Amino acid sequence: MKTRIKIQTEPFDLGPELEELSQGAGALATFAGHVRGDDGTDTLILEHYPGMAEREIARHVDEAARRWPLLGVTVIHRTGELKPGERIVLVAVAAGHRREAFCACEFLMDHLKTTAAFWKQERRGGETRWVETKTSDDDAAARWK
Amino acid sequence: MKLLFFAWVRQKTGKGEEDFALPANVATVGELADHLRARGPGYADAFADLSRLRAAVNQEHASFDAPVNDGDEVAFFPPVTGG
Repeated sequence: MKTRIKIQTEPFDLGPELEELSQGAGALATFAGHVRGDDGTDTLILEHYPGMAEREIARHVDEAARRWPLLGVTVIHRTGELKPGERIVLVAVAAGHRREAFCACEFLMDHLKTTAAFWKQERRGGETRWVETKTSDDDAAARWK
Repeated sequence: MKLLFFAWVRQKTGKGEEDFALPANVATVGELADHLRARGPGYADAFADLSRLRAAVNQEHASFDAPVNDGDEVAFFPPVTGG
C-alpha cells in the first residue's frame, strides 16, 4: 500500500496528490478541510508535536488498512498561520471499490480529529484564543469501536 | 528525561521543552504533574486542573497512572484540536 503522511507549513495542490494516489485504483475518496471564515475568524494558527503527530496518523492508517482492503492513503496536514478559505487538511484513500474508500477516509478523519497531536488557535479582531475540543468529534470517533 | 509542553501549557510554563532530572519519588505521569505544579506560578497555573490536560510518554498517549522513567520523553498538552 502507498502511504504518504506529510505535515507542512506550505500550501499544497490537490491535483498532483490525487493523480498519483489514484493510479490503478477503482475508487478514490477524499476529504479536504478548509479554514472557515463565517464566524469572524481572520487567522487560524496551528501547532503540532513533531514526531508524535506523524506516528499517531500512521497508526490509524495501519488500523484502517487492517479493516478495509486499501491501495493507498495520503494525509497532509498544514501547520502555522492559515487564512479563511485555505486548506488545512487532506485525507485521500484509494481502494478497489467505493465503500472501503469512503469508510477508511471517514475513519481516518474522525481519528485524526480526536487523537493526532495538533492544536488550533483562532485569531479574531486582534484577540487570540485556543480552540476547545467538541464532544461531537469524540462521538464520531467512538462509533468506529 | 525530556519534558515537552504544547499549546497553552507551553504558554503558561513559558517553555516548550526542557531537560529534567526525574526525582526519585516520582513514578507516574500524575506524580510528575503534581511535582511540576509546585515549581512556580506558571507551572501551578498550567497544572492546576489535570482534567484539562492530556499526556504522552515517548510520543504515545498515556494516562496519568502510566509509569515514567528517566530517559523518557514526556509531553503535557490540552486535548487535541487538529483536522
